[in-house]
Amino acid sequence: MVTAQTTVLAIGTKKGLWLATSQDREQWSFSGPHFLMNEIPSIGIDTRGGRTRIMVGVRSEHWGPTVAHSDDLGATWTEPEQGAIRFPEDANSALERVWQIYPDSADRPGVVWAGCEPISVWKSTDGGEHFELNRGLWDHPHRSQWGAGFGGAAAHTVLPSPTDERTLHVAMSTGGVYRSTDSGETWEARNHGISAYFMPDPDPEFGQCVHKVARDAQVPDRLYAQNHHGVYRSDDNADTWTSIADGLPADFGFVMMAHPSRSGTAWVIPIKADGERIPPDGKLAVHRTDDAGSSWTRLDSGLPQSEFNVVLRDAAAVDTAEPAGVYFGTRGGSVYASADEGNSFTEVIAHLPDVLCVRAAVVVG
Amino acid sequence: MPADVTVLVPSLLRQFTDGHEELRLSVDGPVTLAEMLDVLGAQYPIFNRRIRDETGSLRRYVNVYVERDDVRRLRGTATEVQPGQEVLIIQSVAGG
Repeated sequence: MVTAQTTVLAIGTKKGLWLATSQDREQWSFSGPHFLMNEIPSIGIDTRGGRTRIMVGVRSEHWGPTVAHSDDLGATWTEPEQGAIRFPEDANSALERVWQIYPDSADRPGVVWAGCEPISVWKSTDGGEHFELNRGLWDHPHRSQWGAGFGGAAAHTVLPSPTDERTLHVAMSTGGVYRSTDSGETWEARNHGISAYFMPDPDPEFGQCVHKVARDAQVPDRLYAQNHHGVYRSDDNADTWTSIADGLPADFGFVMMAHPSRSGTAWVIPIKADGERIPPDGKLAVHRTDDAGSSWTRLDSGLPQSEFNVVLRDAAAVDTAEPAGVYFGTRGGSVYASADEGNSFTEVIAHLPDVLCVRAAVVVG
Repeated sequence: MPADVTVLVPSLLRQFTDGHEELRLSVDGPVTLAEMLDVLGAQYPIFNRRIRDETGSLRRYVNVYVERDDVRRLRGTATEVQPGQEVLIIQSVAGG
């Protein structure tokens, strides 16, 4: 029996999906692995319309990628026969991996966005059962110059504006941030102020290696970005970016999370450096800002004092409760949860395969 | 003279073929592997998607043998399958 206070925690790993539910965000009841021996790089939890739908990107090294969904918290799964995401014939390309599944806002029922490898953005209007390729980005003249990060060339972040249906931001590695203000018909690179120290011109129009972008809960034109070295904020819809890395122990990392309802609050999980990918000093810590990046607070209560595994870009999430819950998993297979916005964490499960994606939501239905 | 081409389904994919360990296709002459998978894929689309991507290419770590010959050393999905022959689908050794 699911009550209105149930929170679901979904953990995608390199070898399957684990689901957990909790009434108090302290004690968790787990199921899994679902999709054993398949990696789960993306999860979307859609709680709109009085229904909780969990959508997952699934990928087998042997049998390829697909998308499945469950409307009963993982008891049963449905996979559209022809595939939810499928390149049209004239694209002459094949889906490699679904990196992002993002349900749009409540006043756009059924709309779900996906970001994929090869670099592509997709829109569903039927709750994630079928997606259509965004041609504007697929045919973009910059495409031949976009590169592949170590994890593959993907659109890993898709952020529709909650207040302007025509505005969307996409982040890709490597390529940077792109914005459309005409519902995805055309896209422009929006990376001014973000350094690309690894390129001959460190301030190019595009080519930046953005790792994750999050949108402020109350100020739609405000965005936060964790880059491949560099933590930034934009207050003008991504036209310009300024560093907010001061106060952090390192400006490298993969994670960027914004508060689900309060302006100015965001979380990062720093990594020492590109060439030394461990938590700074081998000590795992989350850092939170409550003033849009002017200052940061180290949060490590309940976290191990010695940890050499990192947290990947989508292996961290906030839920929709108040106070917000914060969740993340490491490449060492530990998952930590906080019911108080990161002030204290508890390890809720350990020894899983590498954690690739974490999502949590207060469920309905 | 019509005869069956037999496709041996790996155990992991039988959930997509209604549990069938073998799929049989009656043919009256040689067919290509692609033509054969097109017909079977119409009946079992998820099975088909596990073997081929949307461009029609065999997935990298899926090996297909016609009478024990790897089709990648023949003509790929254009390899002809003769009536009475057996097609074997095996996942390759990969992963960690």
